[in-house]
Amino acid sequence: MSTPTIDRAELARQFRTFIDPAFVIEDDETIRPYECDGLSMYCEMPWLVVLPETVEQVQQAMRLCHEHKVPVVARGAGTGLSAGAMPHAEGVVLSLAKFNRILQIDPLARTARLQPGVRNLAISEEAAQYGLYYGPDPSSQIACTIGGNVAENSGGVHCLKYGLTVHNILSVEMVTVEGEKLVVGSDALDGCGMDMLALMTGSEGLLGIVTEVKVRLLPKPEQAQVVMAGFDSVQNAGDAVGGVIAHGIIPGGLEMMDGFAIVAAEDFAQAGYPRDAAALLLCEVDGTAEEVQEHIEQASNLFRSFGATSIRVSQSEEERALLWKGRKSAFPAVGRISPDYYCMDGTIPRRHLAYVLTEMQKMSEHYGLRVANVFHAGDGNMHPLILFDANVPGEFERTEEFGGAILSMCVNVGGCITGEHGVGVEKIRQMAIQFDDLELAQFHALKAAFDPDGLLNPGKGVPALRHCQEYRSLEHKAHAAEA
Amino acid sequence: MADKTQTLQQQVYAALAEERKLSIVGGGSKAFMGRQTDVETTPLNLSEHTGIVDYQPVELVLTVRAGTPLKEIDAALAEHNQCLSFEPPHFSARSTIGGTLACNQSGPGRPWTYSVRDQVLGLRLINGKAEHLHFGGQVMKNVAGYDVSRLQAGALGCLGVITEVSLKVMPRPASSLTLVQVMDLEDAIPYMNQRAGEPKPLTGACWVDGKLYLRLAGAQSAVEATAHHWDGDVLEDAGDFWAALRDQKLDFFAGDAPLWRFSVNSTAANPPMDGDWLVDWGGAQRWYRGEATMGDMEPLAEAAGGQVSLFRGGDRRGEVMHRQAQPLQQIQQRLKQAFDPDGVFNPGRLYSWL
Ligand SMILES: Cc1cc2nc3c(=O)[nH]c(=O)nc-3n(C[C@H](O)[C@H](O)[C@H](O)COP(=O)(O)OP(=O)(O)OC[C@H]3O[C@@H](n4cnc5c(N)ncnc54)[C@H](O)[C@@H]3O)c2cc1C
Ligand SMILES: Cc1cc2nc3c(=O)[nH]c(=O)nc-3n(C[C@H](O)[C@H](O)[C@H](O)COP(=O)(O)OP(=O)(O)OC[C@H]3O[C@@H](n4cnc5c(N)ncnc54)[C@H](O)[C@@H]3O)c2cc1C
Repeated sequence: MSTPTIDRAELARQFRTFIDPAFVIEDDETIRPYECDGLSMYCEMPWLVVLPETVEQVQQAMRLCHEHKVPVVARGAGTGLSAGAMPHAEGVVLSLAKFNRILQIDPLARTARLQPGVRNLAISEEAAQYGLYYGPDPSSQIACTIGGNVAENSGGVHCLKYGLTVHNILSVEMVTVEGEKLVVGSDALDGCGMDMLALMTGSEGLLGIVTEVKVRLLPKPEQAQVVMAGFDSVQNAGDAVGGVIAHGIIPGGLEMMDGFAIVAAEDFAQAGYPRDAAALLLCEVDGTAEEVQEHIEQASNLFRSFGATSIRVSQSEEERALLWKGRKSAFPAVGRISPDYYCMDGTIPRRHLAYVLTEMQKMSEHYGLRVANVFHAGDGNMHPLILFDANVPGEFERTEEFGGAILSMCVNVGGCITGEHGVGVEKIRQMAIQFDDLELAQFHALKAAFDPDGLLNPGKGVPALRHCQEYRSLEHKAHAAEA
Repeated sequence: MADKTQTLQQQVYAALAEERKLSIVGGGSKAFMGRQTDVETTPLNLSEHTGIVDYQPVELVLTVRAGTPLKEIDAALAEHNQCLSFEPPHFSARSTIGGTLACNQSGPGRPWTYSVRDQVLGLRLINGKAEHLHFGGQVMKNVAGYDVSRLQAGALGCLGVITEVSLKVMPRPASSLTLVQVMDLEDAIPYMNQRAGEPKPLTGACWVDGKLYLRLAGAQSAVEATAHHWDGDVLEDAGDFWAALRDQKLDFFAGDAPLWRFSVNSTAANPPMDGDWLVDWGGAQRWYRGEATMGDMEPLAEAAGGQVSLFRGGDRRGEVMHRQAQPLQQIQQRLKQAFDPDGVFNPGRLYSWL
């Protein structure tokens, strides 16, 4: 990447000619909140933050930055957990916060046309009047934006049945690094030629700026019910998950928590979780009233046959909400018992769950750091929360090392380093474990097809090849030392 | 059942060295698809590169070599009461999973039970430098790196040779039932969309020959209760109807008249073209039989919120796929360059400019 051919003050002056000067932010104090995203351990102060209000302004901003080789980092709500929206020290943060309008809902076609800064939850709230909702429901859905969801291909607790962002969008309007506007996808379910819409989804702001999104909406299920099942071993709970799925039931959500997380969540939410259980499953079944009744019975019986030590079926909407409350507040609950926590995001083939959790416990002892596990069990997406204290010198470094070791293990059992939070800056080194140099070089070539100068979100997503060998050999040495 | 990766890779090396072009052939069952060109090519055949590499029913994940025939996959999944939810068309007994993905072909359930593109979790690919690369993985959630796997859907092999595919598979629905009723096309389109907006186990909605077919599938109790409330007569041998629709074996598809595929907004008014229409995917996929030019059809498809392709027959020397907006065309040319710098694979098959 080249260095900017313009200085900060002049760039700001030029922005002010077409963006409301109040939204061209230059002073440190106002910039400060933008220095990081949800992963606050990684921060950087940018040159400027700009908040354009029209797509034309976004285009003009991109043209200006492109002309002067200034890096641009798009930003939605800043809830990302991989430092994807962390600013560039000599670059501009382009916030889409002003683009917060729902442009249209078409109830018959079951679609919604959205500006990129619309909050995820706002879509379902607005669609509710038509009996519709938007499927992907990240736990951050009160705050995170649809633009950020597209950039990260976000999931949620319901994605085993209803899919990720990529399965629920129809088209994306984007502005290229040169400031050109284009639309990928259409109102149809597919189009001619290579699937550019899939490519844009999960591209972490490296290929273009998303300026409009059309999503599919789903009819709200008639009914939903939750079975909560406690187990005295993680192995049994893991087998029970496989059992339900092999039986032919695809639950709306299927979540697991380990003993540590159960206690933390119960203390926080008083949801009535069995505090002595080693693992807890929350299995939500939705559909027509008849279907839910049929599947709830089958799931409960299966859980019993896999050795559940306690079972509870929600009997009302309030009870269902309460059972979920514990799971949904697991992060803040853990936050309460530790000064800081660090959330990992690897995915594994579910059959290796017991092994992975046991190994993780050993690592926890090795690094002297506690770990709690909440887990999208249906699809194998783990969220180990490592507990640490950033004020203790060296503890964050150890946490990162522990986290890196967990991700390596995920790859070793046939999984991946990130299920839904993205690579960002955080996991960029681990990319070298999941991909070899030829594959990474192919990613770089792909990126260059959109952004030859590397101005969009530089330093994120795909590591420079020269750093990879170094990291792999460090990893190798670490393994050798452990053995 | 054999792993021919090395042979395939060597064939790509040889083609590069000898400056030959390659046409990738799966089962050759979709040879009718794509453009015809005068470029001389050597076939690169995947029909020997077959076999299931890994299948874990409890994980709902299948990894398979790209030349594996669909019928072999179906048989393996059926043993565990599972299926490819996207109901790939079996244009012939040799249709392969690689060709299905390259052509992005999904059957009648597509709006409700996902497409082949949706269910792809990862793949291996030989690019135009003869490098064998893997993207994605064998797990359901994976956002590391760009989604090169799904990018292949619809690329007709122009970016590389898919050698292995990992897919999410699904349980077979416990029960299924089809309701049929007489209806005009104009009425059928809004009707299908209304039904699709209800939280009922709808998994197919097709209009053909003056009749509307709605398929319900899922838990038996749900299917029966819904059928009780909805209009229409229960169709006997419904499975045969949906299979014939999927494989283009219905009378509508017979004969030599050009077959056009419109992929559009499900609620759009039908394009004003006299002649035979078949509406599938709850209105989102519409087939037309008749002589026309791409230039006539494109504006109609755009007015309906989507795109058109000349699926079978007609003038296959011109473009057969909907035009791309200029900046998108340019990006796709650069992507082709990034994956296949010497333009070895399927020259001009997808577009004349690719
Ligand atoms: C408590 C908590 C719970 C979470 N739970 C989940 C969960 O269950 N599932 C899940 O998937 N994620 C989860 N996340 C992560 C996060 O919320 C998602 O990644 C979300 O999609 C980010 O959206 P955002 O608007 O905050 O994006 P940001 O954090 O602002 O940005 C994320 C990335 O997207 C890019 N970007 C943002 N907007 C655009 C745009 N318009 N055009 C191009 N690029 C853009 C940025 O450059 C950056 O790389 C959670 C986060 C928190 C803090
Ligand atoms: C425009 C078009 C028109 C068609 N018309 C007809 C028709 O009239 N009748 C009919 O029966 N079928 C037709 N087909 C269907 C198609 O040719 C195959 O029948 C079907 O897709 C099954 O796959 P296959 O294995 O037979 O693929 P093939 O027919 O061998 O290949 C289909 C396409 O996919 C590519 N491909 C195949 N395997 C791979 C791979 N492993 N990696 C990368 N690329 C691959 C091929 O290069 C080709 O472009 C058409 C396809 C297209 C695209």
